[in-house]
Amino acid sequence: MSDKYVLETENLTKEFAGFVAVSDVNLKVERGTIHALIGPNGAGKTTCFNLLTKFLTPTRGTIKYKGQDITQLRPADIARLGVVRSFQISAVFPHLTVLENVRIALQRKRGGSFDFWRPASVLNVYNDRARSLINDVGLSAFENTTAVELPYGRKRALEIATTLALDPEMLLLDEPTAGMGHEDVDRIAALIKRVAANRTVLMVEHNLSVVSNLSNKITVLTRGRVLTEGDYKTVSENPQVREAYMGTGHA
Amino acid sequence: MAQATGQLTAPAEAHGHKSELIAFVVMVAVLAILPAFVYPPFLMKALCFALFACAFNLLIGYVGLLSFGHALYFGWASYFAAHLAKVGKISIPYWAGSWQWLTITNSPMVPELAIFLAVMGAAVLGFVAGSIAIRRQGIYFAMITLALAQMMYFFAVQAPFTGGEDGIQPVPRGYLFGLFNLANERVMYVFVMVMFLLGFLLIYRVIHSPFGEVLKAIRENEQRAISLGYKTDKYKLVAFTLSAAIAGLAGAIKPFVVQNASLTDVHWSMSGEVVLMTLLGGLGTIFGPVIGAFTIIAMQNYLASFGQWVTIIQGGIFVACVLLFRRGIVGEIANLLRIRL
Ligand SMILES: Nc1ncnc2c1ncn2[C@@H]1O[C@H](COP(=O)(O)OP(=O)(O)OP(=O)(O)O)[C@@H](O)[C@H]1O
Ligand SMILES: [Mg+2]
Repeated sequence: MSDKYVLETENLTKEFAGFVAVSDVNLKVERGTIHALIGPNGAGKTTCFNLLTKFLTPTRGTIKYKGQDITQLRPADIARLGVVRSFQISAVFPHLTVLENVRIALQRKRGGSFDFWRPASVLNVYNDRARSLINDVGLSAFENTTAVELPYGRKRALEIATTLALDPEMLLLDEPTAGMGHEDVDRIAALIKRVAANRTVLMVEHNLSVVSNLSNKITVLTRGRVLTEGDYKTVSENPQVREAYMGTGHA
Repeated sequence: MAQATGQLTAPAEAHGHKSELIAFVVMVAVLAILPAFVYPPFLMKALCFALFACAFNLLIGYVGLLSFGHALYFGWASYFAAHLAKVGKISIPYWAGSWQWLTITNSPMVPELAIFLAVMGAAVLGFVAGSIAIRRQGIYFAMITLALAQMMYFFAVQAPFTGGEDGIQPVPRGYLFGLFNLANERVMYVFVMVMFLLGFLLIYRVIHSPFGEVLKAIRENEQRAISLGYKTDKYKLVAFTLSAAIAGLAGAIKPFVVQNASLTDVHWSMSGEVVLMTLLGGLGTIFGPVIGAFTIIAMQNYLASFGQWVTIIQGGIFVACVLLFRRGIVGEIANLLRIRL
């Protein structure tokens, strides 16, 4: 069982002062697939991500990663197990350069970095790897630009490069293409497809063409509950799904 | 567009270390020449505060932690060093049916040992206070550091060895390594300057180390650093302890300079002063705290004749600084020239 599914939740629930943002979600993410989590605004997708990575503590329910119960772990521990997330609101290190941003993640390979007596130049061994990741997301021209100066879409690209730098077994991407122009959306979609070859990806995405192109399986969330699950065809033909999206003004 | 941005920022990066190196050489030269023109005791006092401000800046400028009780480490290290150099008695309580005191040492120590132990003491205090405060964020962190410092202030008022209102005085300067007579003003100045430069270089190394890179990441976006697998609390605690130890070094030298240790150095207004020095000079710049400390100490010195007005003038400068040059003196210059300082 736990061999087939990398990530499993059981009755995952989060209440905010009485308001149930995520309610009894049983999610099973199959190894080596791209699994999309979709749903209208406020459905609880980001909250789900926060629970899975323990940035929020579930009110009820359990989370299992590769058969291991990770419900009690802390966020940094979950990242160390190989489950790495990106954030909906682009999370970069604004006043570090693009290269430094990616290098911070690569630096994790050293284990702890408590060596305050060594020069930072020992980190230069990661420069080549960092540059190749930066190239993958199309940011080569911006290597020495501070992240804060990048336009929004490129910040997202940088965030993905930083996430990939950890070479995680499982990626949680919260709206990876939000705020990007057409060209960048295609580039990032292709990149996700490529890196997913030997990984599992769980992704929240509003761009339905990206969802249909990439995902093997889709879970639809509305008001904190799982509405339905299946491949793109099954899900898109479900009248309830259409209604849920129409209801909040999505196409 | 892509090319333009790349080219605009690249030169600033390339000249980063060079500008710092030049500024450092200038600083050393100025410090070497200055005693010919300025009263050395004033300079030595300013250097102590400059190092104190640099230690404080390591936290606020490079980790984004506002400690509002840094006088604790500065002031207590000052007491430790003064006591060890003057009296040298260390006793620890133990239980043997009733509480007894075990005296470990009972004679005045040489300056290097007194300073070393005082720095260790400050590091321990920093580690304990840091462990308590570090889990809290933002203003709560600042409040806890302030509360702990206040607690230790009252302890300093009560504890017998601190001498209460009188403080510990006079503190003998003694012979450094049994060789250099610190009572000689010139020797003393060189000693203080060397200690300041060592502390300054240590901070520079910390900032530009693998550890320092993680600190900057935490300052920039702690949640993101956590999501990359960094246990940020541990990094913050190590940084806090380092900062306390270096603040302790500054505090431990001070009683040898002014020959007393007193309550002013553990008072909350001292914690406030170091914030002011750092902000005025430029938070998150390497040289800012030094400039800030010298400016404030000079003001207090030369405006002393205005009495109470000094505080008001200082407050005015603070307000002007916050409103007009947000980056502080050095921060504004660095920004103007697009270099790192
Ligand atoms: N920390 C919080 N405290 C209280 N309510 C919250 C909190 N975080 C989220 N919520 C609420 O939970 C609900 C789900 O929010 P969530 O951000 O998970 O939605 P989402 O599906 O990611 O939406 P979007 O597509 O807009 O990103 C929303 O109604 C939101 O207001
Ligand atoms: Mg969301």
